[in-house]
Amino acid sequence: MRYEMRFSGSGGQGVILASVIVAEAAVAAGLQTVQSQAYGPEARGGMCRAETILSRERIWYSKVVRPSFLLALTQQALDKYARELEEGAVVMIDSGLTIPEGLDEDQVLSLPILATARDEVGKLMTANIVAVGAVNKALGLFDEEALHEGVRRHIPVGTEELNWKALEAGARLVSDAQAAKFRRTL
Amino acid sequence: MPEKKAVLMQGNEACVEGAIAAGMRFYAGYPITPSTEIAEQCAVRLPQVGGKFIQMEDELGSMAAVLGASVTGVKAMTATSGPGFSLKQENIGYGCLAEIPCVVVDVQRTGPSTGLPTSPAQGDYMQARWGTHGDHPVIALSPSSVQETYTLIIRAFNLSEKYRTPVIFLMDEIVGHMREGVVLPSPAELIINKRHISYRDGANKQCYFVPEGAYVPAMKPFGQGERYNITGLAHDVSGFPTGSNAVAGDLFTRLMEKIDHNLDDIVRVEEFMLDDADTAVVCFGGTARAAMSAVLEARAAGMKVGMFRPITVWPFPAAQLRARLAGLKRVLMVEHNYGQMLLEVQRVAAEKLPVGFLGRIDGTVISPADILKKLREMEA
Repeated sequence: MRYEMRFSGSGGQGVILASVIVAEAAVAAGLQTVQSQAYGPEARGGMCRAETILSRERIWYSKVVRPSFLLALTQQALDKYARELEEGAVVMIDSGLTIPEGLDEDQVLSLPILATARDEVGKLMTANIVAVGAVNKALGLFDEEALHEGVRRHIPVGTEELNWKALEAGARLVSDAQAAKFRRTL
Repeated sequence: MPEKKAVLMQGNEACVEGAIAAGMRFYAGYPITPSTEIAEQCAVRLPQVGGKFIQMEDELGSMAAVLGASVTGVKAMTATSGPGFSLKQENIGYGCLAEIPCVVVDVQRTGPSTGLPTSPAQGDYMQARWGTHGDHPVIALSPSSVQETYTLIIRAFNLSEKYRTPVIFLMDEIVGHMREGVVLPSPAELIINKRHISYRDGANKQCYFVPEGAYVPAMKPFGQGERYNITGLAHDVSGFPTGSNAVAGDLFTRLMEKIDHNLDDIVRVEEFMLDDADTAVVCFGGTARAAMSAVLEARAAGMKVGMFRPITVWPFPAAQLRARLAGLKRVLMVEHNYGQMLLEVQRVAAEKLPVGFLGRIDGTVISPADILKKLREMEA
């Protein structure tokens, strides 16, 4: 089965890297994956989206058609991409955002991703790693070994501890009940 | 033997790793989206393997540096996107005439001029053939996956060395910026063409001397052994300019024939579910991903559709397509431009059967659903 994930936010928030890390963990876990992104010419600011497709079989078309998972870290991205979802899609948003009309609250995981990165981990720039930890806990995608492998390949040497802390803080944002509800099997 | 593990790699990254495996040891470029990762990765990787990376002042200088490095005996590459590809054309022509092997990567983006820098397109297809002036030989290859980018760039270097000509590696943003799991072949599995070098110290010292029955002169590394001349003017076997129409005519003809008389060696296509098909979707590069998906969906709906994909996009695989026409009722060309390869397909097929077209020039990607819709319209 093809599982389509979209990560969205503002350029500089690291949503592309979050999507790459999920793809990297997928390779470590022996899955097929295609990762891609779309962004404007600016390096910072501007709407940014990245996509990861996971499957146990060969992936033909390389772009997301209707995602079953959406991460949104800005209101602009949420309002835009909430309209392009597969039925029953899981939507993870930062708790500072307002759930737009038409989106069922039941499918939304509203989590203090940015605040946790800033206050608990101590660095706002780890928000994308916090998000990856939360995504993995909620969807139950990878074991710890594959997830850590995915992260390790994309962080500077010496920042491992900070990033493990961010992953764990992210995972703690999702309750076991929520994880049971949103779990996906590929 | 243990099964090899896949690694996650971006198309642009696979281009660099494949090129290094092919023996590329010199890169000169001027970074431009969506090819920038190629320059970045070359800057990191080339010093590790004893190679040289130079960021030049512009695209013109980059192309000149690549030609200069290559004549000294080093396999050389540059990468760019549309705006830079335009600037490189003058020196690409010089490489064609002076017969200097090199690989020019063009990761295509949308629009004329600076257009849409981060969006995919395939609008440089005709430019790859006719971007530089005068009748000249061209080989252009186009990959459709990250895995194929790795193996096909090696082939680009092999053909470039074998035929002593610049080879255009025509990527697009779809493949360049996509990450996929790649299983890297071991060096023993790769076929790498070494340069055919001759120091010409024997009886025949002429640097452009071509033996009877051959099309390509052996190459003498510049700066080693006896001095010789390289020019963009028509030249005789000594490398010096000639005013003789007969000599110039022979040279220009040989340059074309060295490609035209070796099409079997140069041209490669992928045929997907075509054997019992009545409809062929023709496409190249990253567009193939939507096309293969559409073919599978069409098959599931009972339609007999297959895909014909030129891997060698220049010379266009006319004979291979012609050989497929007998069983077909219609052809659909799908490409991210206003209709460029379409002209080649029409040249081959239009008198025999209907040729439909699906193009896109707004910077978005053609989806399997778009292709399926067009296929249904054509069948109705």
